[in-house]
Amino acid sequence: MKTLTKQADILIIGGGAAGCYAAITLAEKHPGLSVILADKANIKRSGCLAAGVNALNAYITPGHTPMDYVRYAEKDAEGIVRGDLLLSLAEGFNRVTEKLEQLGLVILKNPDGSYRTRGNRNIKINGENIKPLLAEAATRSKNVMVLNHVNMVDYLQEDGAVSGAWGIDVREERMVFIAASAVICATGGAAGLYLPNHPGSSRHKMWYSPFNTGAGYAMGLRAGAEMTTFEMRFIALRCKGTIAPTGTLAQGIGAAQVNARGEAYQTAYGNTTSERLFAVVSENLAGRGPCYLKTSGITQEEQESLEKAYLNMAPAQTMRWCETKLEPRYYDVEVEGTEPYVVGGHTGSGYWVDEKRQTTLKGLFAAGDVAGGAPQKYVTGALVEGEIAADAAAEFAKDRKTPVLPAETVERKKEWAMHFLQGTSAGANVASRSCADTSPSMGAAAPGHLWPSEKLPVYDTDSLEDAMQQAMDEYAGGIKTSYRYTEAGLFQANAHIERIERLSDFLRARDFYGLMKIFELKDRLMVSRALIAHMSARKETRWHSFAENLDHPGKDAAYEKYVNSRLEDGKIKILFRPLVKEGDTA
Amino acid sequence: MSVFVEREKCVGCGGCTEVCPGNLLFLREGKAQIRDVRDCWGCTACVKECPKNAIFYYLAADLGGAGGRLYAEDTPSTLNWVMKWPDGSEERILVDKKKANEY
Ligand SMILES: Cc1cc2nc3c(=O)[nH]c(=O)nc-3n(C[C@H](O)[C@H](O)[C@H](O)COP(=O)(O)OP(=O)(O)OC[C@H]3O[C@@H](n4cnc5c(N)ncnc54)[C@H](O)[C@@H]3O)c2cc1C
Ligand code: SF4
Ligand code: SF4
Repeated sequence: MKTLTKQADILIIGGGAAGCYAAITLAEKHPGLSVILADKANIKRSGCLAAGVNALNAYITPGHTPMDYVRYAEKDAEGIVRGDLLLSLAEGFNRVTEKLEQLGLVILKNPDGSYRTRGNRNIKINGENIKPLLAEAATRSKNVMVLNHVNMVDYLQEDGAVSGAWGIDVREERMVFIAASAVICATGGAAGLYLPNHPGSSRHKMWYSPFNTGAGYAMGLRAGAEMTTFEMRFIALRCKGTIAPTGTLAQGIGAAQVNARGEAYQTAYGNTTSERLFAVVSENLAGRGPCYLKTSGITQEEQESLEKAYLNMAPAQTMRWCETKLEPRYYDVEVEGTEPYVVGGHTGSGYWVDEKRQTTLKGLFAAGDVAGGAPQKYVTGALVEGEIAADAAAEFAKDRKTPVLPAETVERKKEWAMHFLQGTSAGANVASRSCADTSPSMGAAAPGHLWPSEKLPVYDTDSLEDAMQQAMDEYAGGIKTSYRYTEAGLFQANAHIERIERLSDFLRARDFYGLMKIFELKDRLMVSRALIAHMSARKETRWHSFAENLDHPGKDAAYEKYVNSRLEDGKIKILFRPLVKEGDTA
Repeated sequence: MSVFVEREKCVGCGGCTEVCPGNLLFLREGKAQIRDVRDCWGCTACVKECPKNAIFYYLAADLGGAGGRLYAEDTPSTLNWVMKWPDGSEERILVDKKKANEY
């Protein structure tokens, strides 16, 4: 099998918002360090920012302070936040915004040159090209080498510290080993754990990127890192069918939420992010759905502006308006909840980190959606966090000799990867074959295998993914149960996930794309298992819908603490930690 | 929700296969092809990247689609979105790259 072996002072895994900004920071402030940025796709359009964004959701507008932002996020999360982390992000929002403008991002201005605000915390932009701009700046950097199409699989560890990572190059069909003095994980959150809104021909039309599969969380868990607050799931309230963002309608043009009878119901439920979702869920259950954002009555001009705004971030919505002739000035826009995600940029889920964003593993730093404790982070927060992690990783790397990879480790990892290619045409001829097969995975009936059929696995990757999503949907609070769950149900969910994990070891891939799909499934299963343990541990309902525990329907002051976890001897171990306020250290 | 490659227009430049955030597109016999239409996120990165307008994006029937096709032409100052309807008619929306969203 072909391999690529590299060494660097710092390895960044994932070149999304946080990863690109970490690379830019390392280029500008630490040009003497060598950096490798590895992403599973091409960083030009990889991750959440692929289609573009509609606004910068986290900005300190005139008359407000970073502390105001901390208070807002704390209230929205019912107190379960890391004040120290939030404050350090809020203090940097405006700094990175200026940098984005320097890189070429178009920001809407007032006649006096100040940024035009949307509500208290947002500013308006043309976010269509935000990702190409960040990618260009990262790629330009002399000390940064970008490896596109390299999906990282696991960390390498040496002398009690993380010493690099290995992965697979999907394009070149080779294994990749990178030794590094410090590693920054910026792989984003986890989508695809639950059955999505449209499980058939549009199974990937989801809010969060279906290509962010929770790899960073899973790699961390497998290496022994501590995670926090997975149970605070994020469920987005979005435009029906297209899953396009609603902020443009709700905050942008001030559209109210109304039910099928035209009644504005929101005030009856409160106005936190989870309460806005819970309101829709409750109205539907009470027989007053569907629910809408009241856009009828807007002007033709406003409608045209909306059409353009959506083309810059979620083209499907404009397409739908034009195609169905359900123009928003005549017809209200229906809203629905998505399936649940684990995503640290919106809620508090992710690595447990210190103020410098070092995880509980020495030499491993985390930034963006993969890092926990700081909800409402959004793009600007991910950028600031990338910057903080880059500075800390640079500091750490300076004092460490670049680790070398033991040949025996390389051999062991190769064997592990080969195991999934065995018996297929890929396994027989991995190095010389050009990209050929169209189907990502192979089951018993798939052509191209060299083994007798009785030795082939019964299941393929897709069918195990379906099984996982169905178990999570039915027993762990998916769309089917209106996001509600019981502990007995969670027990069932866990049993299914463990069963599917065992089955996943028998999967076979016929090419490196199929191999990546197997690793993605394994990552999702790992994250699901941790998520279930977290949900079982918080015996209260602090956030409606996000964590609606039917056995404990009320809020309980005894749970004003973090639920954290670690993988020990293959089992998820839960631990609790006291709240950390701004000014404290964790 | 997915994309469709019009083989006769595709020149096999590899632009779309490079940018798909899910590695879903690849070249075969000099033409771009999608591995599985169900796996498309609908980000339209490939549509915007194609110099030949050879990829269009469509709303699948389960999302309320009505058979329309969405193409994009990337020019230095504007991004021109072209929607083609089943009756042969066409609609264009030009987005100025220097203008921010009003909402
Ligand atoms: C549809 C959508 C719209 C949004 N709109 C807005 C908005 O309008 N305003 C706003 O402020 N915020 C918005 N956000 C939030 C914002 O996009 C995220 O908070 C931000 O992108 C998070 O940055 P990140 O670097 O953590 O993740 P990402 O930007 O997603 O980057 C993660 C990267 O890791 C890579 N990766 C994943 N797994 C691996 C692996 N195993 N090996 C190698 N690489 C890997 C991915 O390819 C990706 O490039 C939106 C999010 C979504 C999903
Ligand atoms: S729309 Fe996006 S996800 Fe779909 S094929 Fe094109 S680049 Fe890939
Ligand atoms: S970008 Fe267009 S022309 Fe180039 S390979 Fe893709 S479909 Fe073909």
